[in-house]
Amino acid sequence: MSDQPIIRVQHVIKSFGKVTAVNDVSFDVRAGEIFAFLGPNGAGKTTTIKMLTTLLRPTSGSLELDGLDPATHQTEVRRRFGVVFQDPSLDSDLTAWENMDIHGVLYHLPRRARRERTETLLRMFELWDRRDDLVKTFSGGMKRRLEIARGLLHTPKVLFLDEPTLGLDPQSRNQMWTHVRNLNQAERVTVFLTTHYMDEADRVADRIAVIDHGRIVATGSSAELKQQTGTDSLEAAFLALTGTTIRDESATAADQMRQVARVWRR
Amino acid sequence: MTVVFILWLREVKKYLRSRVQIVASLGGPLMYLGVLGFGLGPVFRRAGEGSYLQFMAPGVIGMTVLFTAMFSGIAMLWDRQFGFLKETLVAPVPRLAIMIGRTLGGATVAVLQGTLIFVVTLIAGFRPASLLAVPLAFLVIALIAVIFSALATAIGSSLKEMQGFQMVMNFLVMPTFFLSGAIYPLEGLPKVLGALTRVDPLTYGVDGVRGLLIGRTHFGVALDVAVLVGVGVLFVLFGAWRFSKIEA
Repeated sequence: MSDQPIIRVQHVIKSFGKVTAVNDVSFDVRAGEIFAFLGPNGAGKTTTIKMLTTLLRPTSGSLELDGLDPATHQTEVRRRFGVVFQDPSLDSDLTAWENMDIHGVLYHLPRRARRERTETLLRMFELWDRRDDLVKTFSGGMKRRLEIARGLLHTPKVLFLDEPTLGLDPQSRNQMWTHVRNLNQAERVTVFLTTHYMDEADRVADRIAVIDHGRIVATGSSAELKQQTGTDSLEAAFLALTGTTIRDESATAADQMRQVARVWRR
Repeated sequence: MTVVFILWLREVKKYLRSRVQIVASLGGPLMYLGVLGFGLGPVFRRAGEGSYLQFMAPGVIGMTVLFTAMFSGIAMLWDRQFGFLKETLVAPVPRLAIMIGRTLGGATVAVLQGTLIFVVTLIAGFRPASLLAVPLAFLVIALIAVIFSALATAIGSSLKEMQGFQMVMNFLVMPTFFLSGAIYPLEGLPKVLGALTRVDPLTYGVDGVRGLLIGRTHFGVALDVAVLVGVGVLFVLFGAWRFSKIEA
């Protein structure tokens, strides 16, 4: 681990009209660590990821990924990260292999490297046997694994995982975290994840930032957070820090679409 | 460019794999062709206009291209939240390449679907005046496809919620079809309707295809093609601009 942070966020504010989703947030992520953003839905986790992944510009403040500003150096920054969004972004009418291949082309990987790395990753995520099957025939856990494998295809420096275990059964969740830990070690990739499950943050993350109402209320390892609050579980620490248990905020347009999607999901 | 190509290929592959969808989307045009074509045929003939099937076959092809192209853009709205679009938006490639790949893919699918309907009209008894003109007619069909795919991209990039879908169908796609002269001749229309048909790009598309396939045209094929190219350039620029503004 080097001392130079791979992600640096300083006094970032993001407002949508009257709503301030992210309110003066500052934090660093060190190269090679697993960093978790822990907070309830609507706390500003996804908005922060969208700013770091060049999809949104901050209203004010500065962001850096590997020393580059995502707002001004879009293409360079995009080469450096892989991302798994909260909602699926696979093409379910294509096969696993085709999804990987298109990603490789989009990231300008030469054909040979594309093939070799696709094979390595699909084997690593136990999807090799299903490479020629359409993604719509995959289970939720398999799809998520494929998305992570795809996000790693271009050997990014940072991998963003936005709620990667949402909607998965406990067994798939366990398996997912084992994979994430392994790849963090094998590929030396920095992992930036968001979750609202405290046990997950507790178990996988090297460091945790607790975010609530668009503000970071504490940062540190799980042990540090417990010590700081004089509690013996992360859950109690969270409660002490935010004064609330994890809860859901009101539904957004995307949430409403998700409801419909659940009904129609193939 | 490989990026444009692979995104184009993706659309075409998906189309060729979706057998059920292909068959289902033949339903609408078949209904127009079968029910209107044969139902209004006798009246049309008595009015001294000749065969209605001959007249409306180009219109039904135009309709198919319009519907297929517009649908691909509306599917984009869904794709943005739950699909592949986001993956392309964070890739280190210019938005323009993505937009062109998608739009050309959507347009190609629309042309393929139009070809299928063309074959169906042939089976139903439609006879083009000259076989040599068929490839030229397909160039016009391709223009129609690009225009509406680009428009669909612009709309898909601008809408925020699924509810917008119904609006687009009722206030844009259906009027575009009904005002295009696909199912009635443009001669002797009431002034207001006549004026409306003239601002509808599909009017020139259908007129061009009809001119080439059965030799009957209202504006002349040259003017039709000129208008289509002009509108095509405009819509592609508009679509590219809207697409560049998407905030996921």
